[in-house]
Amino acid sequence: MVIDTVRCVGCMDCVVACKTENQVPEGFNRDWIAYDTTGTFPTLHMEIRSERCNHCDNPPCVSCCPTGASHVHPVGAVVLVDADKCIGCKGCVASCPYGARFIHPDGYADKCTFCIHRVEQGLLPACVSVCPTHCMHFGDLDDPNSEVSTLLASRNHHVLMPDAGTKPRIFYLT
Amino acid sequence: MQELTITRHNELVDPLMHIWSWQIPVYLFLGGLVAGIMIISGYFVLQGQYKKNVFSCFYLPHIALVLLSGGMAALFLDLEHKLYFWRLFTTFQIAAPMSWGSWLLMIVYPALWINTLIRIPERYQGKIPIFDDWSAELNKHPTLIKNIGILNMLLGTLLGMYTGVLLSSFGARPLWNSAMLWMLFLVSGLSAAAAFVHLITTDEYEREMLAKADNAFLTLELFVFGGFLTGLLTSSRVHIEAARLLIDGPYAPVFWVLVIGMGIVLPLIIQLLAVNHKVKHTAVGPLLVLAGGLTLRFVIVYAGQFSHWT
Repeated sequence: MVIDTVRCVGCMDCVVACKTENQVPEGFNRDWIAYDTTGTFPTLHMEIRSERCNHCDNPPCVSCCPTGASHVHPVGAVVLVDADKCIGCKGCVASCPYGARFIHPDGYADKCTFCIHRVEQGLLPACVSVCPTHCMHFGDLDDPNSEVSTLLASRNHHVLMPDAGTKPRIFYLT
Repeated sequence: MQELTITRHNELVDPLMHIWSWQIPVYLFLGGLVAGIMIISGYFVLQGQYKKNVFSCFYLPHIALVLLSGGMAALFLDLEHKLYFWRLFTTFQIAAPMSWGSWLLMIVYPALWINTLIRIPERYQGKIPIFDDWSAELNKHPTLIKNIGILNMLLGTLLGMYTGVLLSSFGARPLWNSAMLWMLFLVSGLSAAAAFVHLITTDEYEREMLAKADNAFLTLELFVFGGFLTGLLTSSRVHIEAARLLIDGPYAPVFWVLVIGMGIVLPLIIQLLAVNHKVKHTAVGPLLVLAGGLTLRFVIVYAGQFSHWT
């Protein structure tokens, strides 16, 4: 996934769409907005980002799971949780440097799924499909001709906490 | 300057992670204590002390079974999806320390149980006749008994290491992400076990020996703490920030006063005086060591969750 921070206005449509599509319980979020201000007054810079699970290439939440409930889906290398295997040990929550996971009120670990149920039907994730500024782009990073690969090749971008070593797969255009 | 505001407010995760409460420190403490007991008990068995009226060989494995079950109960209470706990034993995840630990505990239980059969305390003899028969059979094979002692020492070492490896494998928590943590928890477990025997044994030889051993473990623990903090302070920015949580941050008072001062230095002084016959052996030293060991787990678990990448 590629997110254009220049276009994102922090309207939270993506947050509402996710909560509605995935019936995320009240008080919890699978995605959220971050307002990141850097610099020294008056030379300040604000970056607005729509954030969620980074579906890392090296996901510590998967390697630490004692039951295999946290796993990588073969389609698009999406990181998912099998609720019927999860014991609620919270190890995956502790292992995520992004705080992207939470414990669902029913007891299992929960997080963004990239709306895999929609993607398997050829649809876009709910957050991407509703974005009014079209700042979010979803596609195949392994295909050099895909929209996301083209954007990454032509624009400056960064990932969150690269030093954590998880190799996140959500890229932010700047 | 950097100011980050997020709209997320997930329970147990925001504003700072606090997913693990008292259950995990208690589990880690009891796990470490049992690990130390297995090593000490196994050592006594290996030395042939089981032939004498020595407390460690008589009661320690029985007590360890109870303590370990208490630790497992605390762990069970922490699980959020309790009815699915059996999933731990339907798979083995080679990259997950928690999976290794689950299966290790499945071996620890029978190892401890067979240790209890070496010498059944008089008050329990005849209660379950088949256990008496097995005990008699075991005692015909001294080499087998020595191997049981070695097995207990080996499994105790692995269990003590595991309690630290479990936390240190979480790279997202810089305070835990140290290669010294397993050593710290193993030495602390040994120290707690030595203090435990020192506290409740009625045997003079054992009390003196375990007090001396505890002094060595406490001294070693101070050095391991030095290595642990030095390792963090010479690492990346987030690791330095994590170390400072203990050194001069919000956890410093508890760390310096309760863990280092009252949990290690003070009992070390008291027990050094006791083994040099300057003062009598009392319960004060070992009780401080046990309280310090428990507080150490609380501080590390809580401060570790507080530490994070930015």
